[in-house]
Amino acid sequence: MSDQPLFSPRNPWFGISVGVTAAIAVLSAVAGLIWLPLAQPNLKLASVWDAICSAAGVPRAAVQEAAVKPDFKTSNVVMTSEMLTKVDQVSIGRGATLAQRCAICHGPQGVSDAHSPNLAGQFAAVTYKELNDFKTGARVSVVMSPFAAAMSDQDMKDVAAYYAYLPRVPSNNLDTGRAAPAVVVTGAPLRNIPPCGSCHGDIDNKAGSPWLGGQSAVYIKAQLEAFASGTRRNDISQQMRNIARQMTAEEIDQVAHYYEAQP
Amino acid sequence: MLTSKRLILAHFWLAFIVFGAALVLGAWQMFVRSPLNAWHFNPEFYYRSVTAHGSAMGYVFPTLIAMGFGYAITEASFEKALIGRRWAWTGFFLVAVGAVVAMIPVSLGLASVLYTFYPPMVGNPFYYIGVVMVVVGSWIWVALMVINFVIWKRENPGKPVPLAMYANVAGCLLWGWTAVGAALEILFLILPVALGFKSTIDAGLARVFFSWSLHAIVYFWLIPTYIAYYTIFPRAIGGRLYSDAMARISFILFVVVAMPIGVHHLFADPQVGAGFKFMHSVFTGLVALPTLLTVFTICASAEIASRLRGGRGAFGWIGALPWSNPIMLATALSLVMLGFGGAGGLINMSYQLDATVHNTQWITGHFHLIFGGAIVIMYFAIAYDLWPHLTDRALDSFGLMRTQLWLWFIGMIVTTFPWHYVGILGMPRRMAYYDYANPAISPQAFSVTMSAIGGFILLLSGLLFLLVLIRGQFGARGEAGAYRFAVPLHMPARIPVALNSFGLWLALMVGLTVVNYGFPIAQLMALNETSVPAVYVGAGR
Ligand code: HEM
Ligand SMILES: [Cu+2]
Repeated sequence: MSDQPLFSPRNPWFGISVGVTAAIAVLSAVAGLIWLPLAQPNLKLASVWDAICSAAGVPRAAVQEAAVKPDFKTSNVVMTSEMLTKVDQVSIGRGATLAQRCAICHGPQGVSDAHSPNLAGQFAAVTYKELNDFKTGARVSVVMSPFAAAMSDQDMKDVAAYYAYLPRVPSNNLDTGRAAPAVVVTGAPLRNIPPCGSCHGDIDNKAGSPWLGGQSAVYIKAQLEAFASGTRRNDISQQMRNIARQMTAEEIDQVAHYYEAQP
Repeated sequence: MLTSKRLILAHFWLAFIVFGAALVLGAWQMFVRSPLNAWHFNPEFYYRSVTAHGSAMGYVFPTLIAMGFGYAITEASFEKALIGRRWAWTGFFLVAVGAVVAMIPVSLGLASVLYTFYPPMVGNPFYYIGVVMVVVGSWIWVALMVINFVIWKRENPGKPVPLAMYANVAGCLLWGWTAVGAALEILFLILPVALGFKSTIDAGLARVFFSWSLHAIVYFWLIPTYIAYYTIFPRAIGGRLYSDAMARISFILFVVVAMPIGVHHLFADPQVGAGFKFMHSVFTGLVALPTLLTVFTICASAEIASRLRGGRGAFGWIGALPWSNPIMLATALSLVMLGFGGAGGLINMSYQLDATVHNTQWITGHFHLIFGGAIVIMYFAIAYDLWPHLTDRALDSFGLMRTQLWLWFIGMIVTTFPWHYVGILGMPRRMAYYDYANPAISPQAFSVTMSAIGGFILLLSGLLFLLVLIRGQFGARGEAGAYRFAVPLHMPARIPVALNSFGLWLALMVGLTVVNYGFPIAQLMALNETSVPAVYVGAGR
């Protein structure tokens, strides 16, 4: 074996391998960070330094233009997965008292036949978000908006915690044998409709999506139609509007009755 | 002499049991998302299955093969017992327990994040902890291989390290450094979120760390196959290795350039600058070099064997090769699949062409052809070759072996060619359900069906493979003799230090990592407000 030390400029293996590697690295860096960006006229680079920064991915301040504001209010709630998932007994107790004024429509146990949503067992984050949206005007209802307007942030959290604590009660139309419509099980990928349950809890729950089982079919249908027509717009980033717009009237009808029959 | 037979057998058996289970999942996946199935159940099962199949096939199976084969190489090439056998068992149990720990939450639907993790999806912490245990188990193997290598060199000053062991240690070092990326990602970015200490995650940085592992891991899978090409194939067909130095250079090139190229998995990601994508693309081009060297050397070695057997003519020698020998057959089929897969790889590596196939079924077709096809068929060959030495029993179901290998090849072609094709038509990967009744995609139905049929052929072949091994456990007793590797045509008594050590190559590997990854990682770490809320998978049920 050669007795030459490996890490020595006189060892040809060392010199050649380090030299070739460095040459390739430098050439590719020059090409990728300087030459190629400068060769693209639409990048409008002022200098070599500009080219390097751009190609290295250094963020540039966006051009300051006034953002186009929608002419309606959007939800300002920031949803996260673990929001309001920690049970707080004090909050539930306060919520129970506050919820007395809701009982006339939503039922003393959070369930009613009034075609208003059943709140018993609803995810707390969902109830909280809707109350917030009613309060800010992102969602409008002649009945709900005045109630929400008078509530503090803590009130909304308490009521939400209370309803989440109540057990879910199936509707009178419970029919667990009912076959699920295709759009519920598989969605319709070519129309960009995922399976409903991938957000609404039967497969997985994504923050802000309500549990639908046992809700009044009349209510579900009305909401889907409101999303589709754009009269309801408090869904963050149009999550539900984009889906509802793609659904046929028949599908809306099917899912409304399917979910009403679920526990 | 192989003395740690039980250790090596344990690795191979566990690897192939995991492989068999994951193969069933793969065939099931193929079936349920094809037009042969009318969907009637929870699509989430599909993602559970893909997570289990990908983690088992990508992490557990090849790692166990590399480890078991590594121990066999150490003992056979150094002709002495492995140093640190107890530690080797510890590593084995870590991998085995880690695999179980990871698979429990996956089967419960609590970690359907797919084997690439991809935050902001975050699953149950035990999934990641299990994966880390598998990696730590394999790091024990890395350490043992290096220790055995260093001690042997000290005991045999001036002697060249046998090629098989040199290549094996190259694979270890590559893996040791490669796994660091995913380990950093899991330990510092994902686990704090999975355990609930944080609720946001820097998804872009996480993907960059994963890409650090994601490319070189495929070379870690590949190295046992290349070792088999160079050191088993020429001997099994009665020939000699064309060039020992060329082989060493190929493995060295893998060590140096397999790692700093992972950003080619992020061509469509916004968080890495275009300049760095270009640099990684250039180095990706270089990594074709060791494969070209290998194909040349292996074909030359086959020609030598054939001419020794009396083969003649410019191409006539091909017919004179011992085609009934399973190792011959496996290697030839493997090289064909490597050729097709390599051609597809050239498309993936180019920044522009990749845009047309990104995240389509082309990609899954591609890695099944290369990994499931070219690489795994040589794992079969390695098992067939080693089995008599491990069990001290004859393995002589040659007809069955040939059938199995042919079925794997045919199955792989029937599965992956249509799989590539529907990818070009735009079929996205990683979806449970496709509405083939829709006129927009109904023309893909035929190809997907064909591909599913290929999947069943593969399943059949996999079962035959297990059958051969089981029969081998009950074959006639017989001493198989010492396990030998191929001898080169010219064995130099002295070789340059550079081809007998790794210091220089490790320095280049780490140096290139710093050059190609240093800035993108440092920048993402320094930027504020790059984190997004985590999306907990399976949390709502
Ligand atoms: C019967 C043979 C096999 C079949 C039918 C099969 C089928 C599949 C299917 C359908 C997927 C999901 C693709 C998607 O939609 O994303 C998949 C994923 C995967 N398969 Fe296989 N597979 C087989 C064998 C193998 C083998 C032998 C390996 C490697 C040793 C392998 C490695 C993988 C990996 C790593 C993934 C993860 C893909 C991803 O998450 O994107 N498979 N396989
Ligand atoms: Cu790659």
